[in-house]
Parts: sequence; structure tokens; C-alpha cells
Amino acid sequence: MTNNPKLHIPQPAARPGEVPDFSYLDLSDAGAVFRPPTNARAAEIENLALEMVRVLDDDHVAQGPWNPDLDKDTLLEALRLMVLTRVYDDRMQRVQRQGKITFYMQALGEEAVSIGQGLAFEPGDMLFPAYRNQGLYIMRETGLVEMMCQCLSNSRDMCKGRQMPIFYQNKKKNLFTISGNLATQYPQAVGWAMGSAIKGEDHIAASWVGDGSTAEADFHYALTFAAVYNAPVVLNVINNQWAISTFQGFAGGERRPFAARGLGLGIPGIRVDGNDLLAVYATTRWAADRARQGGGPTLIELVTYRGGAHSTSDDPTRYRPKDEWEAFPLGDPVNRLKQHLIKLGHWSDEQQTKLEEELRNTVNEAWKEAVSFGTLTEPPFLDVELMFEDVFAEMPEHLKLQRNKLLDLRGEKS
Amino acid sequence: MSNKTMREAINEALRQEMQRDPSVIIIGEDVVGGRGGTSGAEEASGGAFGVHAGLIQEFGRERVIDTPITESAIMGAAGGAALSGLRPVAELMFVDFMGVCFDQIYNQIAKFRYMFGGRAKTPVTIRTTIGAGFGAGPQHSQSLYSMFTAVPGLKCVLPSNPYDAKGLLAQAIRDDDPVVVFEHKMMYTDEGEVPDEPYLIPFGEANFTRRGEDVTIVAFSRMVNLANQVADKMAKTGISVEVIDPRTTSPLDEDSILDSVEKTGRLVVVDESNPYCSMASEIASLAVCEAFDYLRAPVVKVTAPHTPIPATPALEQAYIPSASQIETAVNTVLDFDSPSAATG
Repeated sequence: MTNNPKLHIPQPAARPGEVPDFSYLDLSDAGAVFRPPTNARAAEIENLALEMVRVLDDDHVAQGPWNPDLDKDTLLEALRLMVLTRVYDDRMQRVQRQGKITFYMQALGEEAVSIGQGLAFEPGDMLFPAYRNQGLYIMRETGLVEMMCQCLSNSRDMCKGRQMPIFYQNKKKNLFTISGNLATQYPQAVGWAMGSAIKGEDHIAASWVGDGSTAEADFHYALTFAAVYNAPVVLNVINNQWAISTFQGFAGGERRPFAARGLGLGIPGIRVDGNDLLAVYATTRWAADRARQGGGPTLIELVTYRGGAHSTSDDPTRYRPKDEWEAFPLGDPVNRLKQHLIKLGHWSDEQQTKLEEELRNTVNEAWKEAVSFGTLTEPPFLDVELMFEDVFAEMPEHLKLQRNKLLDLRGEKS
Repeated sequence: MSNKTMREAINEALRQEMQRDPSVIIIGEDVVGGRGGTSGAEEASGGAFGVHAGLIQEFGRERVIDTPITESAIMGAAGGAALSGLRPVAELMFVDFMGVCFDQIYNQIAKFRYMFGGRAKTPVTIRTTIGAGFGAGPQHSQSLYSMFTAVPGLKCVLPSNPYDAKGLLAQAIRDDDPVVVFEHKMMYTDEGEVPDEPYLIPFGEANFTRRGEDVTIVAFSRMVNLANQVADKMAKTGISVEVIDPRTTSPLDEDSILDSVEKTGRLVVVDESNPYCSMASEIASLAVCEAFDYLRAPVVKVTAPHTPIPATPALEQAYIPSASQIETAVNTVLDFDSPSAATG
């Protein structure tokens, strides 16, 4: 008998019309995974990359050593921010469908990632978000109107009409601008963290990629750099199971968890229930503390599920079962935190309904204000000469000439 | 003022800028070049081309940082470090390796200021080597500066002598925009007068290395020296050649080039790069578009052929533009029987 090599083409567990199947997803029980001290040696905590840190159990009760014991106000604020992200997304998705903005990406189902992690960092920490991290911009008070104006590319756009929708920036709040080239922010975050250490500061950096982008070279370069220099950085993989229409197996997720990608370099990995805000906060805080104390980088894999389309440019019913999200064993992060708060006696369904109503109004009011600064079709529009600004610190002669020529052609004064 | 090699001039610029500003760091593959001893520092060679000699001893390992072989992470980390407030000088041994990390340069570092709506600066200096002549073949000898010049947001510097190398590099490090400095690897041992004290050479100001009336030569990097030789030789036969070294291709001193062309009416461009979409094409286009009425002969471009660079000296020497090719080009533009000149 001969054993010829056979090519393996990864196949998702279920395609449209089939029954969702998450049997490939290894879960740990809530509270089951040991919480080591933040100065633990990487080699002694490799299991963290292979198991799954979970705090909230199926009855919405916090369990085990990773329970961060967040106070009531913090939990309620986390819930508010998650709901706000969802309501904002819902509104922006709809205005895209109405043709008011050209593009949008929801974080539906992944809200606990940005909010839970964002709360675990200090304001001086520099964050290099990926495109589905709008929650980071929201929780760092970028302002809904500002964010909407960016998506509208209107006269108040923080990016002056240069970036496509959702490519926010917030330099003041230490939020890097979104990059359309994937994983490029990983080495930048490592470099920022190295700079902080060189200057003797205790600020750390963090960056995010999706499961698909772990295949990018920059992901691996950055891990090498972070390991070599023991950079104070928290590197995160949002494993939402899908990279547009390719499931996480195409990024190599079938063999080992993404959290294990750093083990060969001696970088601790933590695989965490990404829909469990308490677990997300606790693991991120652990990694941030470790980095701040000189313990170097940590790679966190947040296991979650992309509840919506990749973007407004694709239709997920073409490549996965319609009811796959409902079957996802880690549930809905907003509902889980809500149920936890109800269980604690801090919250009720009525209050939740009221909160959603309030935030919808807030978002609607913000939208009204945002469009008053112009839309894609209604003035005021941005000045054409803005195209020529900020290319260099000072505008060189040839750019001035080109600007003037263009303005002359358009009959505008330079 | 004393006689220094290009290598020493660059080293001096780095040292003085690092002394002046603690936020200046050096990062790259083999930039320390440590060997021997217990720490390695005492004998550290200062990198593949010896440019960083002595810097590790003076500034230590947190400011002269050896890296893994990860070009993309070097550039990405330099961009991130620049955003954190440092002024990184990132070295890439050969411009040929840019393919590995071009995304971090042209999509990232070059665009941060723009994408941030003007709220961020990225004071990164990238030093790299260009040029053939070492028998280093197709992947270690290219002169790819026109590719970088084409990218909005990048400034591009091409020193042709030790004096310029020092002043331009100091300016690059203090500049708030990302700057790529292209050093010709055959010129590190070239000598020239270089002041000991720090000085800056502003970008976008061409250097007239020879003044003349009959023909304008615009040349870049090592080709400036060949053009100077040709100008000196032809001066003996009564031909007055003006040689312009733009020194920076972005920004480019278009006015100086156009003024000279308007005066001489004849232009030769010398560029060691491949000819298509090159600086030679760009300068020729500038003259034709902006000084057509003054041209008394077609512009002649002296460039390398559109081939990869062969390693063997017999072929490599034929690849590199030579003084005799430049001389022929000058004679061609002089001998051109201009219809307008005949009637005018």
C-alpha cells in the first residue's frame, strides 16, 4: 500500500443550508483555568494558550481566579459602552444602506473585545486598533459626532476627507489611525512600546489583528521583535471565526489556537472567551500589568464570533449558515453581561430596554448634528486644497504649483 | 575643517545628532557589528559598511539597536517609535531589500501625517545604500531612488560627496517628515573637506558643482563625480559644462535646473538607475514641459540599461554609465543641428 501525500484544503464545518457545527471549538469551564502571577515564567504557563479563560458560567455567575471583581459602576459602564457600540453600528449600517456613507463595518457580536480590553488599559497606553475596534474609539470618548463626521467625510471630518469610512484616528487619546493594510500596526505598536521603554516611561502599547491577518508576515515579524526586546506590548488576535468568506482554518487555526503562535518565541499566550467581558478584562489587565512590570509581551486570542457581515460589501448568507451565530457556544457578549448584572441584582430587563432607547436617541441626535456639517451629497464640502496639505510638514514648491493649477482649472482662487 | 571620508562624514553626523538630541536612536540589522571581547563593544565594527563605528561605545545598546532580520519590523517599529516621540534612524543595508518592507514605508510611514489629518508627525530617517560596482549582482546593486521619489510624503536625499553627506543627513534627522537617504556604496571611501562642527544643508537646494555656459548636466549621486570629470576634461577644449547635483529628488530644485537649461539650451541627464520611470526621465520631462522654447537640442539621457545588474565586472562595468558615455552625450547635444538655432 502506498501513502501518497494528499493536499488538505480547509473546509468550514458548515456552509449555507447546513446545521452549524462548533464542535471544533475547544472550551474550558468557567473558572477552570489557573491564574498565574503576572511575573510567571512563560514556559510554565503555556497551557493558557491552549485552554480558554472563562469567568461567566452558563448561569451568568462569575467563577474562579480570573474574576476581576469589577464594581457595579464599572460593570454598568461596560454594558453601556457595549450597547452604545451596537446601537451606533446599527445606525451606521443603516445609513450606509441608505447611501449616506460609502462603507461600514459592524462589530456585532464582538463588542466585549474593545470595551473589555479598552477598560483594562491606562489612558497613556497607546492603542493600535484594527478596523473592527470602533469600541476603543467610543470608550476613549472620541465622540459619536466626530466618528460620524469621519464616516461622512464632511467638513468636520477628523481625517479631512482622506480616509475611507471607519478609519478613525484620535491622536489626543492615544488611538492610532486604522490601517487598510492588515497587521501593519503590529510592528508599529512594538516600536512604540520600545520607544516608551527607551524613554523610561511605563506606558505600554497594544495592537489588534483578526484571525485571518495572523498569516501576514508583519504579525510574525512583530512577535519576533517583541520577544527579542521584551517590548511592553499586548498583542491581540480577534478570532471571530471568519475572514470575509474564509473560515479561521485558512489562517492555520485548525492545528493550534492562535494564542499559541508566540510560544515558540517564549511569548505567553492566553486564549480567552472573547464574549465574556469579565474574562476579557481580566486577561488583558494581567497582560498589561505584566508588560508594565517589565515582563514583556503577551499574545491574547479572543475567541468570538463575527455576528454580521465582514463589511457592507459582502453577504454572509452566501458562505455560512444563517443561524450560525445563534449556535455559537459563547453566545452574545451584550446579553451575557446583562444577565450577569441582573443576576447580581444591579439591573433588569426594563432598565436594559430603557438604556437601549436612550442610546438610540443619543445616536440619532448625534447623526442629526453630524449631517449638519455636510454629507457626501450636501454641502458644506471639504476644500479641494485640503488634498495638498499634510503631505509634508511644509508644502514644497511643486505641490503649491500643482494645487494652484488645479484650483485655477476649477475656477477657484488659490 | 579637515579631510574626511564619506563614511566618517556620515558617522560624524550621526554622532553629533545623537549628542545633540537624546531622542535620536539607530536601529537596523548589524548596526553595531559587535565582535570579540566580553561585551563586543570595544571592537564593534559599526555595521556592514562600518558607518556606525564607535557609536555603540558612546551611546549604548538602547540607542544603537541591532535587530533580527526583519526589515518590515525595523521600518514598522521605527514608525511606531517616531510616533512615541523618538527620532529613529533606521538602516537598511541595501535598497534592494526594500521589497520586504515597502508597505511599512510607502503605505504607513509616508502617510501617517496625512491619514491623521495633520495631527501626527513621523520623523524617521531611513539610511540605505545604492549603486553598482561591487560585483554584488542583481539584488545588492540597484539604484531604486525614483520609486521612493514617486511616493507622496517621503523626502529623498542623494549625497554625492562627504560634505553633503554630513549636512544632508543632519537635516534628515532633524526633519519632521520621513526622509530616505541613499548612500552610494562605492563612495564610502571618497574623501573631501568636511567641517568638524555640525551644519545643515537644506533640502530642495541644488548644488552647482561646475559652472558653465554651453551644456547643462544634471547628475545624481556617484554620477555627479563622473559628470565633474567630464566637465573638467571638456573645459580644456573650450567647452563650458554646467553640472547640477540636485542633492534631493524630493523636494526637487526645479528652478535651478530650469534656469540652467534656459541659459545653455542643452541638457544631459546622468542617472545610474534603470531608464524607465527614472529621475532621468523626470528631469527630461521637466525640461521639455517647462523649458521647451529654450532647448536647442533634444535632451539626452545617460542611464543604465533596462536590465538587472550583472555581477561579473566585465558586464557590470558596461552596465554602469561611464565618463565616456557622458562625454559622447555632451558632444551629441552640442553637435545637434537645431532648426531653430539655424533660423534664429
